[in-house]
Amino acid sequence: MSGGGYAAQNGAGGSYTNGPSQNPVGVYSSNQGLMAPPLTGFMNSLTTKGPPPPGPNPYITGRHQPSPVAPPPSSWSGVAPPPSSYSQHPQPGVTPPPVAPPPSSYSQHPQPGVMPPPVAPPPSSYSQHPQPGVTPPPVAPPPSSYSQHPQPGVMPPPVAPPPSSYSQHPQPGVTPPPVAPPPSSYSQHPQPGVMPPPVAPPPSSWSGITQAPVAPPPSSWSGVTPTPVAPPPRSWSGVTSTPVAPPPVGNHTGPGPYSTGTRLPPVFQNTMQPPAALQQGLYQAQPGQMIRPPAYHSPSAPALYTQVQPSGSAAQLSPSLAAMSLQSQTPEALRVVNLLQERNILPSGAVTPPTPCLPQDLQKINCCPEVFRCTLTSIPQTQALLNKAKLPLGLLLHPFKDLSQLPVVTSSNIVRCRSCRTYINPFVTFVDARRWKCNLCHRVNDVPEEFMYNPVSRSYGAPHKRPEVQNATIEFIAPSEYMLRPPQPAVYLFVLDVSHNAVETGYLDVVCQSLLENLDSLPGDSRTKIGFITFDSTIHFYNLQEGLSQPQMLIVSDIDDVFLPSPDSLLVNLSECKELVQDLLTGLPQMFSSTMETQSGLGPALQAGFKLLSPTGGRISVFQTQLPTVGIGALKPREEPGQKAHAKEVQHLNPATDFYKKLALDCSGHHVAVDLFLLSAQYCDLSSLGCISRYSAGSVYYYPSYHRQRSPAQTERFQRDLKRYLTRKIGFEAVMRIRCTKGLSIHTFHGNFFVRSTDLLSLANVNPDAGFAVQMSIEENLLDLQAVSFQAALLYTSSKGERRIRVHTLCLPVVNSLSDIFAGADVQAITALLASMAVDRSVTASLGDARDALINAAIDSLSSYRSSVLSVQQPGLLAPACLRLLPLYILALLKHRAFRTSASTRLDERVFSMFQLKSQPLPFLMLTVHPGLYRADDLSDEGALNVSERTIPQPRALQLSVEKLSRDAAFLMDCGTVLYLWIGRNCNPVFLTQVLGVESYAAVPLNMDQLPELDTAESSRIRALIDWLRERRPFHPVLHVIRDESPLKAEFLQYLIEDLSESALSYYEFLLHLQQQICK
Amino acid sequence: MEAAVFILSLVDCCALIFLSVYFIITLSDLECDYINARACCSKLNKWVIPEMIGQALATVLMLVSMHWFVFLLNLPVASWNVYRYVKVPLGNMGVYDPTEIHNRGQLKSHMKEAMIKLGFHLLCFFIYLYSMILALIND
Repeated sequence: MSGGGYAAQNGAGGSYTNGPSQNPVGVYSSNQGLMAPPLTGFMNSLTTKGPPPPGPNPYITGRHQPSPVAPPPSSWSGVAPPPSSYSQHPQPGVTPPPVAPPPSSYSQHPQPGVMPPPVAPPPSSYSQHPQPGVTPPPVAPPPSSYSQHPQPGVMPPPVAPPPSSYSQHPQPGVTPPPVAPPPSSYSQHPQPGVMPPPVAPPPSSWSGITQAPVAPPPSSWSGVTPTPVAPPPRSWSGVTSTPVAPPPVGNHTGPGPYSTGTRLPPVFQNTMQPPAALQQGLYQAQPGQMIRPPAYHSPSAPALYTQVQPSGSAAQLSPSLAAMSLQSQTPEALRVVNLLQERNILPSGAVTPPTPCLPQDLQKINCCPEVFRCTLTSIPQTQALLNKAKLPLGLLLHPFKDLSQLPVVTSSNIVRCRSCRTYINPFVTFVDARRWKCNLCHRVNDVPEEFMYNPVSRSYGAPHKRPEVQNATIEFIAPSEYMLRPPQPAVYLFVLDVSHNAVETGYLDVVCQSLLENLDSLPGDSRTKIGFITFDSTIHFYNLQEGLSQPQMLIVSDIDDVFLPSPDSLLVNLSECKELVQDLLTGLPQMFSSTMETQSGLGPALQAGFKLLSPTGGRISVFQTQLPTVGIGALKPREEPGQKAHAKEVQHLNPATDFYKKLALDCSGHHVAVDLFLLSAQYCDLSSLGCISRYSAGSVYYYPSYHRQRSPAQTERFQRDLKRYLTRKIGFEAVMRIRCTKGLSIHTFHGNFFVRSTDLLSLANVNPDAGFAVQMSIEENLLDLQAVSFQAALLYTSSKGERRIRVHTLCLPVVNSLSDIFAGADVQAITALLASMAVDRSVTASLGDARDALINAAIDSLSSYRSSVLSVQQPGLLAPACLRLLPLYILALLKHRAFRTSASTRLDERVFSMFQLKSQPLPFLMLTVHPGLYRADDLSDEGALNVSERTIPQPRALQLSVEKLSRDAAFLMDCGTVLYLWIGRNCNPVFLTQVLGVESYAAVPLNMDQLPELDTAESSRIRALIDWLRERRPFHPVLHVIRDESPLKAEFLQYLIEDLSESALSYYEFLLHLQQQICK
Repeated sequence: MEAAVFILSLVDCCALIFLSVYFIITLSDLECDYINARACCSKLNKWVIPEMIGQALATVLMLVSMHWFVFLLNLPVASWNVYRYVKVPLGNMGVYDPTEIHNRGQLKSHMKEAMIKLGFHLLCFFIYLYSMILALIND
């Protein structure tokens, strides 16, 4: 019993994880403490640990950023109070009643977290509490201290005086509380944290839910609650108020709770426990049902709450959990949709990811789906079940996404599981005040002394209130154990192609201009280094050493054995040598303006770059405009022009040489990432060149047919992308480890990186625009688990030279029925994962295979749904509502540039699309797969979005079919990297004049790339919409205004994927095909 | 003569057994994260050709000494080795590619393959041993 109570205090973690079995552990320790004189275990832990850590100091969470967590940050800084109280503890502790102090501290914990509002100034309140509390429990000081422990969370067993209130409890608990239950610590914690008025909201985390069925008890409870319960809570509140104050002995003794006047001695709680257990269950159930009297609300309430919960009905409830969750979702997600009949299946707004069926309080802190998404938000219990569902299981990550709010914690000791090294996270379970159970490997770990102090609330003893346990996404400033070497400075090397072809395109001006403009905003600190290499058939280095009057060019013509002419002065400190760098950038475009050299020795130039950067690590940005022709790494054109790309015939998706891959691995080993900008009109063998970025965790940019004069829209896009590229955040020498609950394992990785070991990705650089995907498999059955967790921990060096760890944790429920799995399917994530898998398939097997696999994925999952979930067989192509978009998305993938079979797709473009499918974050990827089509000539402010004082119209997304286009309207299509504004022949003249500024349809220019800034409502609306669309992505989509005669019209029509095209089915035909296959 | 053939095969077989064990150990090191993928693959790729040669040698020996049963036993393994080597895509760094080995369960299938080979070589070892003793006695 005591154990349970104890746990209650601590347990922030999910009780669900804890089986009943867990209790024992908790119990022991607590019992010892209570019953006998300070028992070894308990005492030791306290005393030995020695003086508590200087409370606040270690954790300086607040400081870096506005941590969401820290409402009371102010207190933070003002560390003083807590420490003092703290120090006191030890003192008393020394003497026989050593424990005493700590307990007090414990009690405090809950409070701080629990209720900010209720408690008055700590000190004052504190004193008050004691008074009331004191009276009842006369117990000797030392013991008292013990008892206190119990109060808060624990419950000292023995004490006799079961006051009237006591009896009441039993009543509610009517049911024989058989097992003391495991400390459903989980549920408890949440409550305090979650809701000031403890009961009302469904704080009931797991246990709460489960219990629900138990309904009857709750009611009884409610009756009970008002009177008896209230008191105890009070005690709590008393505790809470105390927060900082050095808990005088008196406190301990006094079971604060009783202050309310109820007679219940702290003991009471203990005694109760057995029943309590039952009650707890009830309790949780109650939350929803009953409204507590005000008295209850008082801080004390939470306390009670916690106690009860421990009883851990959780165990019993758990089984029913799945069912419950199912019920809640069934209506919408599993609604049967006959795709052949329902034509309008696009949602009116954005497609939203499903919400995992977790208790509300858990879900509230769960990782944001933009960062961490799973294809199945309900994880199947066994691999067999997963195979039956025929849906891919995998995660999509965007770990370094730019976040508006990110709690940052500075700590000398980052709490991690001792066996699996998982970072402590909101989904762990606190077994008791001093121990937590890892949610990944289930090992029970000690809570380090420092962790007992909560810097946010400046209280001691509530580890579950710490930011690490309250945020699923958190960043740590890593101490020196996380460094193999001192953090590297930001180092940037630019490798520029200056052959004739390159100069011809005019890209040098743009790059040099952008660099000049953004030189000051390159991420970095005073140590930032920069260097330049240019190459054609020779390699040119630039000596920028301080003291030179102008940059000095060093030419190495021996490209077979590249060496660095003056290793020390080629990479220079940016701030010290800024003038020379600026000189160079100004002069560079002219330097080669008359070059006649047509060869390109990219391989040797990359080797030189690698040699230059290998001692420090950093980023190489390569600009290449043609196929490398000389030196190592030279490639031959492999594309046969005009080749009819039949499904089985697309070749050369594989690299032609392993040179770039090997070099990339060398780079990766030395923390050098290579970003490739390919600006080329001809075939460049991106599948070979791309390896250099792919395995060194770089990014690839491709501007087909780039020419500065001939394609101004491309130039604008290049400029904008470059600006973003130069100024975006960057992390150096990074590694990312993806851990998952025991039983799950990672099967395949997708993205740009090198997989160093089974779960460790080596990322030489990490950038905020990179997405990753992993496929999972279930190796061991997850039979006795309620939920599983995934944790991605990204360790990187910031551009300021700080070593940081960003940790994301996602928790998902485990289910055992197919219908639950289908109900939790995330169609966008599934599509993205299937796309990545199909890319792999087309490289290892063939494009035809990949296309077949995509179609089969749709057939298999829908037929599995039909045969296993649907009880009533109806005619038609049936899909659950949550998967109704799957056939559409699959068809869109089949018509995507990466997988389509039309002859017009050039090999490089196809390969680039494949790279993008594997390395883009989900939202951007979905745009390229399934573009958005909006009617643009009747935008209104109805339902518009207001963002920072701008009104952004939100038109409804239309199906991508010609039938939706109308000659008297205009339509905007958003394809991710390009926007089309299609003007119908009979378009409203008002629109033409007010938005395009032209008189008639015929006057619309054939190549219009931007909208004039007219001072009309229509114009400002559509520009607001376009700007908004552009802002939300890290690249710059070009706008093309097109009409029937425009050359780009064919391209526009290709995006209308629901229509029949030269080599692919229309959507309806595709559905018929699926239906035929399914009913076979 | 007969005995000499089997003694040679026996030695060859021992070498192959050691090689299989080495493959298994290295792969399991990778599985347990003791070495990184790159080191593991470069270690293993070095031994792919020796393994191929060793297996081919045993096969050829059986062919020339006209032990058809043992020859047919060895042939599939030898051809599998060659097939595997020839089928390596251009861009890969050998049979064991560090960028692929953690994907699509490749590590597991490599492991399985090494285990099967070990079993096969052990079987061959006893066949050779038996045949050798038989040959020596007959002499």
